[in-house]
Amino acid sequence: MINVQEVRMDIVSKTRLSSMTAMEKIRLILDSVHTGKIIVLEWGLTPEEEAKLIEVTMSEITHDDFIGIEIESYPYQHKNVGLIGKLLGKSGSQPRLTVIGPANQLKTIKKDNDFMSAIVSSNLFE
Amino acid sequence: MTIRSRIKNFSSWLRKIFKKKNARIGIYGPPNAGKTTLANRLIRDWSGDVMGAVSEIPHETRRARKREGVKLDANGVEVSLDIVDTPGLATKIDFHDFMNFGLDEEEAKRRSKEATEGVIDAIKWLNDLDGVLLVMDSTLDPFTQVNVVVVGNMEARNLPLLIVANKTDLPNSSPARIKSAFPQHPVVSISALEGKNVDKLYEAIAKHFG
Repeated sequence: MINVQEVRMDIVSKTRLSSMTAMEKIRLILDSVHTGKIIVLEWGLTPEEEAKLIEVTMSEITHDDFIGIEIESYPYQHKNVGLIGKLLGKSGSQPRLTVIGPANQLKTIKKDNDFMSAIVSSNLFE
Repeated sequence: MTIRSRIKNFSSWLRKIFKKKNARIGIYGPPNAGKTTLANRLIRDWSGDVMGAVSEIPHETRRARKREGVKLDANGVEVSLDIVDTPGLATKIDFHDFMNFGLDEEEAKRRSKEATEGVIDAIKWLNDLDGVLLVMDSTLDPFTQVNVVVVGNMEARNLPLLIVANKTDLPNSSPARIKSAFPQHPVVSISALEGKNVDKLYEAIAKHFG
């Protein structure tokens, strides 16, 4: 008999994400990941938010319970914002769909510009 | 984008307009890409010193190290660099990985803790740079999240980024794969260990950060 173990996955819409601050998004992600969930963001984080997510993740790593996250997104799409846009600090990097999970449950197999493949497990390395 | 980032962004543009030939550049990349080997090569070639120790164990560099006023001259273009060698970026750190290199559990946990602090240190430095050398191991898949995050952050700040396809001395290296993954940025293939093609890198540094 096959023993099926369940993994919960939360998928968050672009609409909901656009109403959240950077720290609210980061807390949503890490609180989910800490409880073993996989979280899919329809509209990913900005590069600065992603760097902040890594920073906060590092501060929450413990030796035995939490070793970090696996985060996978397609590379940012580029939009020309022009010279004035650049001077005003507008970014041409557009976030794309992003999948995040506990590092011991989500493992990326392959990724390129338009394709991602991953293994999701309830206890990948146990 | 924060007000601080906008001011930084604007000052970077002013610097470009007035061609100030001094730049603070960060050496970034995942663990074991050869960042400190490159920093040592660069500093030894232009100031006769070295930056720090290298090791096959990941996260050997666990604190950012800075060397100021390294004068580089390539093709008649002189540029003064403040070089920041940063700890390897990662999204996960498991002390068991260090035990695989022969470290005992206590030492592995200590190193793991320091490595997490090193990643935080490296990320904080992103706000205080004029450009980045992103070092990738050209034997590995370049589509890692760490690479995507560094590239994205430089693009968001409109700061120059030069990708270094390192370890071309190894038989299975593929700089072409890196060029294909990030076609919007210049890529220079080198072996920091053997010094292969570093002259081309110095020319590119003078061109992009000068």
